[in-house]
Amino acid sequence: MSELDAFRTEVREWLEANCPAEMREPIRDEDDVCWGGRNFKFKNAAQKAWLDACVAKGYTVPDWPKPYGGAGLTPEQTKILKQEMKRIKARSPLDSFGIWMLGPALLQFGTEEQKVHYLNPIARGEIRWCQGYSEPGSGSDLVSLQTFGEDKGDHWVVNGSKIWTSYADKADWIFCLVRTDKANKYQGITFMLFDMESKGVTTKPILLISGNSPFCETFFDDVEVPKTQFVGEINRGWDVAKYLLGHEREMISGGGAGGDMVSIGGAFAKAFGKNAAGELDDPILRAEMAAFDVDVFAYRAMGERFMDMWKTGRAHPASSNMMKYVGTELNKRRHELVMSGGGSEALEWDSEETKGGARARGWLRTKANSIEGGTSEVMLNVIAKRILDLPGA
Amino acid sequence: MPLYHNDDQAMLKDSVAPFVAEQAPVSHLRKLRDAADATGFSRDLWAQFTEMGLPGMLVPEAHGGLGMGHMEAGIVLEEIGRNLTPSPFLSTSVGAVAALAKAGGTQAGRWLPAIASGEAIIALAIDEGAKHRPDRIATTATRAGNGFRLDGKKGFVLHGHVADMSIVAAKTDGGITLFAMPKDAKGVTADPRRLVDSSLASHVTLDGVEVDADAVIGEVDAGGEILDALLAATRTGAAAEMVGVGQGAMDMTVTYLKERKQFGKLIGEFQGLQHRAAHLYGEMEVARATVMKAQELLDQGSEGAKLMVSVAKAKAGRAANLAVREGVQMHGGIGMTDEYDIGLYMKRDRALAEYMGDVHYHIDQVARMNGY
Ligand SMILES: Cc1cc2nc3c(=O)[nH]c(=O)nc-3n(C[C@H](O)[C@H](O)[C@H](O)COP(=O)(O)OP(=O)(O)OC[C@H]3O[C@@H](n4cnc5c(N)ncnc54)[C@H](O)[C@@H]3O)c2cc1C
Ligand SMILES: Cc1cc2nc3c(=O)[nH]c(=O)nc-3n(C[C@H](O)[C@H](O)[C@H](O)COP(=O)(O)OP(=O)(O)OC[C@H]3O[C@@H](n4cnc5c(N)ncnc54)[C@H](O)[C@@H]3O)c2cc1C
Repeated sequence: MSELDAFRTEVREWLEANCPAEMREPIRDEDDVCWGGRNFKFKNAAQKAWLDACVAKGYTVPDWPKPYGGAGLTPEQTKILKQEMKRIKARSPLDSFGIWMLGPALLQFGTEEQKVHYLNPIARGEIRWCQGYSEPGSGSDLVSLQTFGEDKGDHWVVNGSKIWTSYADKADWIFCLVRTDKANKYQGITFMLFDMESKGVTTKPILLISGNSPFCETFFDDVEVPKTQFVGEINRGWDVAKYLLGHEREMISGGGAGGDMVSIGGAFAKAFGKNAAGELDDPILRAEMAAFDVDVFAYRAMGERFMDMWKTGRAHPASSNMMKYVGTELNKRRHELVMSGGGSEALEWDSEETKGGARARGWLRTKANSIEGGTSEVMLNVIAKRILDLPGA
Repeated sequence: MPLYHNDDQAMLKDSVAPFVAEQAPVSHLRKLRDAADATGFSRDLWAQFTEMGLPGMLVPEAHGGLGMGHMEAGIVLEEIGRNLTPSPFLSTSVGAVAALAKAGGTQAGRWLPAIASGEAIIALAIDEGAKHRPDRIATTATRAGNGFRLDGKKGFVLHGHVADMSIVAAKTDGGITLFAMPKDAKGVTADPRRLVDSSLASHVTLDGVEVDADAVIGEVDAGGEILDALLAATRTGAAAEMVGVGQGAMDMTVTYLKERKQFGKLIGEFQGLQHRAAHLYGEMEVARATVMKAQELLDQGSEGAKLMVSVAKAKAGRAANLAVREGVQMHGGIGMTDEYDIGLYMKRDRALAEYMGDVHYHIDQVARMNGY
């Protein structure tokens, strides 16, 4: 125990010395998020300093081994680091699909050479990745995907299109599922990595109901991908994809799925006023908000337990599906309450006071939470089959 | 502390779970019920609990107990819940122990060893109306002679008619005071009522009951904090028991989904039922984590415990209630029969839901603690 206490003290001191004050403020806009990558423009010096400090220490990916850019921390130490960062409200130094999704898949399936080659730039935030899974005809039924890579000896020639590729227009590289054997549904997909600047790759933005467009259609037109750039085995990319989806769900559920994970009612006391008993002056909304708070604090406990169990291999492999389901449904509920609580102000779409309709846009964005990364219905199917062992295909 | 059972706790579970399942499965409850048993639990079973050291789990070692925590007590309570085992464990070994250990002094010295040795059954006489409102205690304790005189009415006192001692919360001049009221005190009448889950709870009338000055648990007027400790422990314990009830109901139901055929298929193949079962699983897992978090915070004596205890009672209440409702529904007509156990789970859930504050009470507490 005392070793961990010493580590906590050390982390505290390090954070005190290295986390700039500006990085201890809540995230307000999209450009408060540090995504890294070849074309990323830092918002200010503090954002860059915070990333640099964390990179030097291995704290962008604290539980990865040191040779791959991590700090080699144990699960207990990682938990302490997270707790301490949360305590000072530190922003995440680097948000990245490379960290959340590709990294864990490479750690599991990559060759030693691939690990060294790809993981270090991910840890340093040098390459921004996007995920090329979904296709217009293949969403929930992902394994039906059609994008095809033709074997040309030392390379593949890839043709097809992907959809919903988050930030494809800003990404440097893509990790992509490509059919390489048309005869074999499950064992005919290869997990490929390639540069988005390769000849034949184009992207087209998709406008969402929130008025934002970080999502793209991605087209591949005779794209040449060297035969060295695959993960796992050729035609066995489905194993990698499944593993990675588990981590995507872990990320979604461990991170933001339940929203801010803080009490919601207090925030609206100003708008509604309080009655003589000090209660929010709309008894029905108060009750709904308080019931929501119970679920938020409960989910927070679940998040802690899930992480403790996941990191030590105690969790059921499909439990990330449950976390994803519960957390995303919860976040949608939060934003419904935020809209009710905000009243007519929350409806404003472009006023300066509402930061360009941040609440309304945020509310609309959350509707995707129960779709992206696998829909709620698909999560429930997986729980029913894999955890409850219910019968049927 | 990580939020899963460590090796010692896992070992405890491995010994308690089969013990409760073998000695006191649901058929044990049925037997007591069908015999219209007047005690509310089996003394023989309590003796077996004692052999295993369970009654004194939370009693400090200095008083002859095992000095364990709420996390460990929760392990026992979950098994009690899963098997619908009638037992005075929650009121005696959790609620009363929390109050006595917090207060210390004469009454702790008198009762804690007796609890640990399995000799004493303790009742908690807190509530007065049909709903749990511990901030509205109207029972009075007035100084009389060398001690106090208690007047008032208490309701929903589990084991009140058989308890060797009842902890009575009463109003004194400067606050709340808790009293250890012995079984043979004059002026007490305990009128036991059979509840929907076949347990017995008493309406207790205190008509000029005289107790000695040293019957005070802790200090006069300073019972508020001790009462808080009692409530926190009992609520968390009830939540743990509800997780057991919900889990037991869910397990029965999932098993049934894999056995029952309709329309030429196992009903568990229908997605309409699969999704509801999967949703229930999620709610139960969250409830379990929440109860563990409350136990952890209580064991650490953390400031955040109070909030988490209410969250746990509310969340476990919601989840277990969903489990029993879905359980009966998914069993179809057979779930409505007395012969099937699922209905018994629904009844026990109803009683535990009401005990020490229902879901709405605790949701309201959560709002207050968050300043609205
Ligand atoms: C904002 C956003 C970002 C995304 N980012 C990415 C990304 O970066 N990369 C990427 O590859 N993909 C991304 N996606 C795609 C996402 O993974 C898919 O949208 C998702 O898997 C659902 O597929 P679909 O849209 O084709 O819906 P469909 O599969 O057509 O589903 C339609 C409806 O039918 C239901 N349904 C389907 N099958 C079943 C079933 N068996 N049982 C019950 N109900 C069923 C679904 O739950 C849904 O309600 C993103 C999507 C969104 C909205
Ligand atoms: C109090 C009571 C009185 C009754 N009185 C009469 C009476 O007078 N005369 C009479 O003939 N009958 C009577 N019934 C029987 C009643 O009609 C049946 O209980 C009812 O039709 C359900 O059938 P089951 O009980 O076999 O449940 P099951 O059919 O076994 O259903 C079990 C569960 O599976 C679900 N399920 C079944 N099939 C599907 C599916 N395809 N998709 C999704 N879910 C499915 C059900 O909704 C249920 O939740 C009575 C029942 C009760 C409880």
